[in-house]
Amino acid sequence: VPAEIYLNVAVSGLLTGLVYGLMALGLSVIFGVVRVVNFAHGEMMTIAMYLAIVLFGAFKLDPLVMMVPIAGVLFCLGYAMQAGLINPFINRPEHSQFMLLVAIAIIMVNVLLIIFGPDARSVQTSYAFDSFMVGPLIVDATKVYAGGAAIVVAGLLFAFFRFSRIGKAIRACADNYTGALVVGLDVKRLYALTFGLGAACVGAAGAMLVLIIDVTPPLGPAYTLLAFVIVITGGLGSMPGALLGGILIGMTEALAGLLFTPSAKSMFAFAILVLVLLFRPQGIIGQRLS
Amino acid sequence: MTGLLDVRRTGTVFLIALLALMLVAPWFANDYVITVLILVLYSAYVGLAWNIMMGFAGQLSLGHALYVGLGAYTSAALYVHFGIGPWLGMLAAIPVAMALGAVIGFLAFRFRVAGVYFAILTIAFAEFARIGFDHFTWVGGSAGFFLPVAQYTRNDLWNLRGSPTMFYYLILAFTIAAFLLSHLLLRSRIGYCWLAIREDEQAARAVGINTFRYKMIAVVISAGITSVAGVFFAFYYNNLFPEQVFHISRSIELILGPIIGGIGTLFGPILGAFLLTGLAEILHEILVAFGVDVPGARQVFYGLCLLVVVIALPDGVWPWLARVLRVSERRS
Repeated sequence: VPAEIYLNVAVSGLLTGLVYGLMALGLSVIFGVVRVVNFAHGEMMTIAMYLAIVLFGAFKLDPLVMMVPIAGVLFCLGYAMQAGLINPFINRPEHSQFMLLVAIAIIMVNVLLIIFGPDARSVQTSYAFDSFMVGPLIVDATKVYAGGAAIVVAGLLFAFFRFSRIGKAIRACADNYTGALVVGLDVKRLYALTFGLGAACVGAAGAMLVLIIDVTPPLGPAYTLLAFVIVITGGLGSMPGALLGGILIGMTEALAGLLFTPSAKSMFAFAILVLVLLFRPQGIIGQRLS
Repeated sequence: MTGLLDVRRTGTVFLIALLALMLVAPWFANDYVITVLILVLYSAYVGLAWNIMMGFAGQLSLGHALYVGLGAYTSAALYVHFGIGPWLGMLAAIPVAMALGAVIGFLAFRFRVAGVYFAILTIAFAEFARIGFDHFTWVGGSAGFFLPVAQYTRNDLWNLRGSPTMFYYLILAFTIAAFLLSHLLLRSRIGYCWLAIREDEQAARAVGINTFRYKMIAVVISAGITSVAGVFFAFYYNNLFPEQVFHISRSIELILGPIIGGIGTLFGPILGAFLLTGLAEILHEILVAFGVDVPGARQVFYGLCLLVVVIALPDGVWPWLARVLRVSERRS
């Protein structure tokens, strides 16, 4: 019965979309606060994916558990990038910041290529082929775990920005840079923390995504683009927008793969991006930036 | 005033010496050097084309591989399916690329898509084309599109079949033409309007410049010039794969030269092409000599070069070199 297939694919797309959303959330947080577009986002996720693969291959450690230390490693990487390289570029023109991050991205992709070679790698967990039956639906267990973990991490991040003192200070920097300086906030350190948090998000997303897709070094640029598509669709700088955009793009890709051909699925994501840029540049939920 | 004249003269002497060297290069260089020089000139040519849009008019395009690909596929399809030669094919390829450039420009500038958003829009169109051509079986789809390669006995300039030396002179001529065109544009009314828009778009509008119109001109001219490189690419390499031609890494590689050389200058894209390709070839030789040439090593080197240049010389190498050599190109 086709209707059930569509529903199955839609649910699967939704769960993958949650992981995409978490990845894009990292990009959105960084842009929303630091106002720098992280063109090395997908590459950072690939690093996290390879970390998960190495940990699994060497010690049989489950990526969903290793998500926490991997996010920690990526946090340090992000903090160091912002503190060491990007902070001096804060007042430089946009294209200059862009080139800096492209340079970092090129180095990341190719260092991975030198270390791991061009072959696709994946992890085979014991539950890789498990599935849940919910009425007429059959849902992959890995996708349920990954999607659930994405919601938890995103929830933690929301709570951090809403309730913690540091989170509030970071939001203050985003709202009013000069004001934040005047009240004595250490803006550069907060920027580094923000970039670290964004990197931790993408690190956690990478550890989840490694359960769903194979990883190769050139995957990075494709996921950088995907993250852009998602945050622009949802609204650059809006946290719920990133998750919503992720779900929308995940489901669109899944259904397009079913209705047309899987290789053409990202065309639909780009078509959505073009339409959003033209008709609702602030995104589905999000305020227009000057 | 004589000082100024001397400076101008030194620049002209440099330029003529370089040109003379390039013209006689095939007499004493072997095939390997010629192949590398073709890569250098190709990169200089597309860099000059991109520079018109970003360097002069300040519009950051990250999807220029789109115009290369359109030029390549249009001319190759006309040649393979209808037997129409590359020069006539070029007359079709240029308007096709210009038309798509106009569509992207119109959508972006009318709907005020600017800055980062504009850059991402250009990526989106290039990616859209890449996936589209992957499924466009009339030109081979993802399996690739091939031009017939026959044994040639003589250089056929009309059909662009021949030796590397012929392609070398061809791309040299294209590069000189693109350089002269950039020079003329920069000194024209259009060029001054572009610079005004690049420096401050609101101010440009305030003094009565039709910014929409001049940004459109920049995109269309840049797209047209870039598509000629596509025609060259198709007939030089004889095979086209959407995954390679339209890929985002092509768009990035294409802009590295002008950025390293110096955005918005006339010599920057050329110097950047020489530096990048030259240094990469030297590195390749060194790596091979030590037996450690692995895929990716060259790109890591590109990345490091780029990193050093954006940190240490934000305006690029040429403005700095020009100061050191005391050859001033009028700051554009």
